[in-house]
Amino acid sequence: MCLAIPGKIVELEEKSCMRMGRIDYGGITREACLEYIADPQIGEYVMVHVGFAISKVDAEEAARTYQYLAEMDQLEEIAAPEPEP
Amino acid sequence: MSTSFILSCPLPMTQHKTIVLGHGSGGRLTAQLVQDLFLPAFDNPALRKLDDQAVLNVAPGRIAVTTDSYVVTPLFFPGGDIGRLAVNGTVNDLAMSGARPLYLTAAFIIEEGLPLEDLRRVTQSMSEAAAEASVAVVTGDTKVVNRGCADRLFITTAGVGLVPDGISISASNARTGDVVIVSGPIGDHGITIWSTREGIDFAGGLKSDTAPLHALVETMIRAGDVHVLRDPTRGGLGTSLCEIAASSSMGIELDANAVPVREEVTAACEILGMDPMFVANEGRLVAMVAESSAERVLRAMRRLPHGRDACRIGRVVAEHAGMVLVKTEVGGSRILDVPFAEQLPRIC
Amino acid sequence: MKYVDEYRDRKMADKIVTEIHRTVTRPWAIMEVCGGQTHSIVKYGIDYLLPKEVELVHGPGCPVCVTPLEMIDRAHAIARRPDVIFCSFGDMLRVPGSNGDLFQVKAGGADVRIVYSPLDCLRIAVANPSRKVVFFAIGFETTAPANAMAVWQARAQGIRNFSALVSHVLVPPAIAGILEAPENRVQAFLGPGHVCAVMGYREYEPIAPRYRTPIVVTGFEPLDLLEGTLMAVRQLEQGRAEVENQYGRAVSPEGNLDAQRMIRRVFEVCDRGWRGIGVIPNSGYRLNDDFRDHDAERIFELGFIHAPEPPICISGQVLRGLKKPHDCPAFGCECTPQSPLGATMVSAEGACAAYYNYGRHLVTLPSQ
Repeated sequence: MCLAIPGKIVELEEKSCMRMGRIDYGGITREACLEYIADPQIGEYVMVHVGFAISKVDAEEAARTYQYLAEMDQLEEIAAPEPEP
Repeated sequence: MSTSFILSCPLPMTQHKTIVLGHGSGGRLTAQLVQDLFLPAFDNPALRKLDDQAVLNVAPGRIAVTTDSYVVTPLFFPGGDIGRLAVNGTVNDLAMSGARPLYLTAAFIIEEGLPLEDLRRVTQSMSEAAAEASVAVVTGDTKVVNRGCADRLFITTAGVGLVPDGISISASNARTGDVVIVSGPIGDHGITIWSTREGIDFAGGLKSDTAPLHALVETMIRAGDVHVLRDPTRGGLGTSLCEIAASSSMGIELDANAVPVREEVTAACEILGMDPMFVANEGRLVAMVAESSAERVLRAMRRLPHGRDACRIGRVVAEHAGMVLVKTEVGGSRILDVPFAEQLPRIC
Repeated sequence: MKYVDEYRDRKMADKIVTEIHRTVTRPWAIMEVCGGQTHSIVKYGIDYLLPKEVELVHGPGCPVCVTPLEMIDRAHAIARRPDVIFCSFGDMLRVPGSNGDLFQVKAGGADVRIVYSPLDCLRIAVANPSRKVVFFAIGFETTAPANAMAVWQARAQGIRNFSALVSHVLVPPAIAGILEAPENRVQAFLGPGHVCAVMGYREYEPIAPRYRTPIVVTGFEPLDLLEGTLMAVRQLEQGRAEVENQYGRAVSPEGNLDAQRMIRRVFEVCDRGWRGIGVIPNSGYRLNDDFRDHDAERIFELGFIHAPEPPICISGQVLRGLKKPHDCPAFGCECTPQSPLGATMVSAEGACAAYYNYGRHLVTLPSQ
């Protein structure tokens, strides 16, 4: 389950007493409910599922793990698995 | 004292803002509609006669005939409307055989209550599209049904064209080594319709790709050896490729990274959980072209507005006959299979 | 698209695939729980990139396919009522009940509408005060916060003509159920990334050591699935059985506390039937008593609906990775995607449907 798409918050607004936002997915913007995001900021990325942001995208964590993947072939010797006894 | 009654309304309404049942009755209201709306839009010698049929001179040779119905909602959308779709769609069905489109018929089923202005806009649009495609609407029909019995407007067309000698283009003609070419980015029309229905604006102004492709086809045939042509409408590029593979009993290998999709269409499909390969187009073609002439055909296509973004997306192979195999974005392999019915947005 | 395109990068994928090939020394069976992950694996042909020792088993991760027949029949019965506007996510429209699917119910004159968000239903309810708007609230924990908000808002805004037919299912009990089965072959899990974005992954921490099964919380893009697989294979090769998080950019150990709070306010845990498996205790959510006025199950008293599963269907065993679709006598004959008998053929991501569409050609696909 669970189609959730990353998008950038480009606008914040209140609607029917709910914190809502306009989210830019790269070419298309749609409204999403931000009630489950603590302190949403314009420019931040969130994961949106059925019109609700369910988590922020942690940009630092993303950069860190992507960097790790990019350097994977250089880490071969260090990360060689120990065979099971 | 005797009184004679004249059983007709003393002041029949002749000015209408909306279509009423009478417009389909075949009586004076119908004639008025034809005179005031259809004739000026489609004016040509055959139509002017207003006979039950159009009698036309056709050069000797093979004729191509096609028929189609247009039931799109909403009637008007960025890039076009139901009328433009009807003309371009029929022209394209003919063009995919290499035929030169000549004549169209247009039958209208109108829901009682449709604003006359909407019908005027649609016919004006058809008139412009017909002129662009150099075709004539030579005969037509009008029916009006009760409110609720049609979704505003349905248009059914038939088209007639002439296939030049020596041309043999068919879905069953793909050959080993043929290059698969698409004329431009896919999914524009389907996503435009969806977003218009949902009230979503695209910053970049996404619109339907509806366009007549006969000039593009003529250029391609002059430039090289074209074996297969298809315009992937509903069902999308994916369905057309699967049909061609089955028809030709050949395999097709597709490079997922080579298939052009606009950024907005990708984003919309990601949100909906839909595959752009199966989203409708209205102004694109897919072709299978002999390898030796592929480069020439591509260059010729790119000189025309509707072929500007033409590119190679795969090739025809002898293996896995009848199947389309996709080399995915990450180098994996999957079989493209036609969905059971139209794609639905998913959350799962 | 940012945070999407870079996770579909071919060169990066090649690196991870090479590393998996380098790491694996013996056969392993890894189950991805989530239907969205299955979809991605099939769409990107990821199983064909992996060494033959690594077998990806498709799990019961499709709340659509595991919704019990009895609940589908209940939904159809409610939808057929003339005073009802029945709203559903697109996924549910082709799921067959005992008598056809929602499309057929719609063709019979019912007002059935596709929604993209549960909040759409509130707008429909406000616009149609004389009709009863019923929302088919299915899904894993991922969708629960959204569905909860719709019910909460309905009460807060006094939208009395809105109700939800709730059939949520929970992942940890399903995983435990799979691991409990004596014939279980699954040795590691790729955990459901978006479920964990909401719920965190603390619940999985006792499961991994208890069953000596690594659980790697994994995302949905090809690089996520490949990296998750690599992490699982490393654990297996090293004899570890821990919970690891591949999807750190969206998942934290505690998850989304605000979302969990709302879930607790509106729902309560209950036993749930899983189509093809049976009842798994404490594996679902239902609306709690506070929200009985918006509970379609209570509002529309339909009583007990008897909906027996076809006896020939083995989807329960397929869902748990115990049997393959080809093992079923009905596969491809009475049971096809057009006329599915059980959960695993119902949805395109179900193992039987995926095999039907792709697997029948397996022998001709290029091997790595």
